[in-house]
Amino acid sequence: MTRQEFRELAHNGLWKQNPGLAQLLGLCPLLAISTNMVNAVSLGLATILVMALSNLAVACLRNFIPYEIRIPVFILIIAALVTVVDLAFNAYFHSLYLVLGIFIPLIVTNCIVLARVEAYAAKNPALTSTVDAIMMGTGLLGVLAVLGGLRELAASGTLLAGIEMVLPGASGLQVFGDDYPGFLLAALPPGAFFTLGCLIAAYNAINQRRAARRLQAPAPSADGQQAGASAPLTS
Amino acid sequence: MNAELPGKGPNAARTALRTAAIMLLFTLVFTAVMAYTYHATRPAIEASREQEQMRLVDEVLPPGSYDNALLEDYVVVGSRPPPGVDKGARIWRARRAGEPVALVIEALAPDGYAGRIALLVALGADGRVSGVRVTAHRETPGLGDYIDPRKDRDKHSPWIAQFAGRSDEPASWLPTKDGGTLAYRSGATISARAVGQAVGRAAGWARAQGRQLYDAPAGSRLP
Repeated sequence: MTRQEFRELAHNGLWKQNPGLAQLLGLCPLLAISTNMVNAVSLGLATILVMALSNLAVACLRNFIPYEIRIPVFILIIAALVTVVDLAFNAYFHSLYLVLGIFIPLIVTNCIVLARVEAYAAKNPALTSTVDAIMMGTGLLGVLAVLGGLRELAASGTLLAGIEMVLPGASGLQVFGDDYPGFLLAALPPGAFFTLGCLIAAYNAINQRRAARRLQAPAPSADGQQAGASAPLTS
Repeated sequence: MNAELPGKGPNAARTALRTAAIMLLFTLVFTAVMAYTYHATRPAIEASREQEQMRLVDEVLPPGSYDNALLEDYVVVGSRPPPGVDKGARIWRARRAGEPVALVIEALAPDGYAGRIALLVALGADGRVSGVRVTAHRETPGLGDYIDPRKDRDKHSPWIAQFAGRSDEPASWLPTKDGGTLAYRSGATISARAVGQAVGRAAGWARAQGRQLYDAPAGSRLP
């Protein structure tokens, strides 16, 4: 894999085709689990693990899977790997499992996993497929972390509350003080949709501004700094 | 025209068989992976489940107050469950030197604001409540979830602690709004009422049973 390929995979996963903001895949766990930051990041990490494993497995086996039955085989592979991750979490990270337990099986239904297997791992070698999965998963993790953080902050005025269940000894932050009344809507499902809507709006606004700047950049009025800033995007 | 059809028949069957065989092979391989993981992780999973159960029991009953293997000494509630307890629920018996110390009852409040609330109620042999914990609930976050001390904002005297040490008639274990004796947080009376009633029903029933619950053989099912 060349540096160029790696950069392209990273840019696609983290920004251009971000699963949470651009592809809008995998919203089911995204909305259900993002009530606070610790849950959101933990499920994001578990999703990265499942995505990397399933992309790796499918990329290795891709020459043995007949095209006609690829979808059932992919789902079989993903479901088996999720079961393995579920059991491993239960056995070796039990306190985390108590928080995430009911959400890990949901990864099976997360269409981003199947989407990457079908769109990428089924046609590409093992290494780039794994990198693609990790980058897509990290893109999703980023959205989950921001969404979880914003919702937790609005709902209860804290950040990273409950982190002691994952990292014993660590403690969450009380951002707004004890008398913060709390904004319940943010913790309920509608809050997830509102917050995600705002994030997508911000994402689109940034993209539009960048596109506008790119159009301006070749014009003689653009100064050197602007041209420099937009150069990596055009590559 | 007729000549084509017989030719297609065995071909389609062969394709179907071949595809099915490949599918079966994948199923076998990945089922084996899952079976291996299941067996490899089972001891660790069982140990942590037991540990989790013990941690909950320790919260409602002082660990030093009994000397039997609590988790192995239980009875199962039968098909005609008493109010406040679901069928199939377990009741563990704590004993010291063979003498009854307390019952730890898996109680159930069916009428929470968002469905069922699972509870663990420890009731001393003298009829005094030793402690209550919510083990599973779906009450509104930030509003009704104060029934779970981990979510309760008042860490020093959590709401659920007011059951500990009570030996009065469970009929009055209702929010003060309903004429009972339980404090509650405004805006979420239903959660408090459901927990109070369920604890009261379970405790009242267990008190009425007397020694019967202690004398039933371990592992047996109540009528």
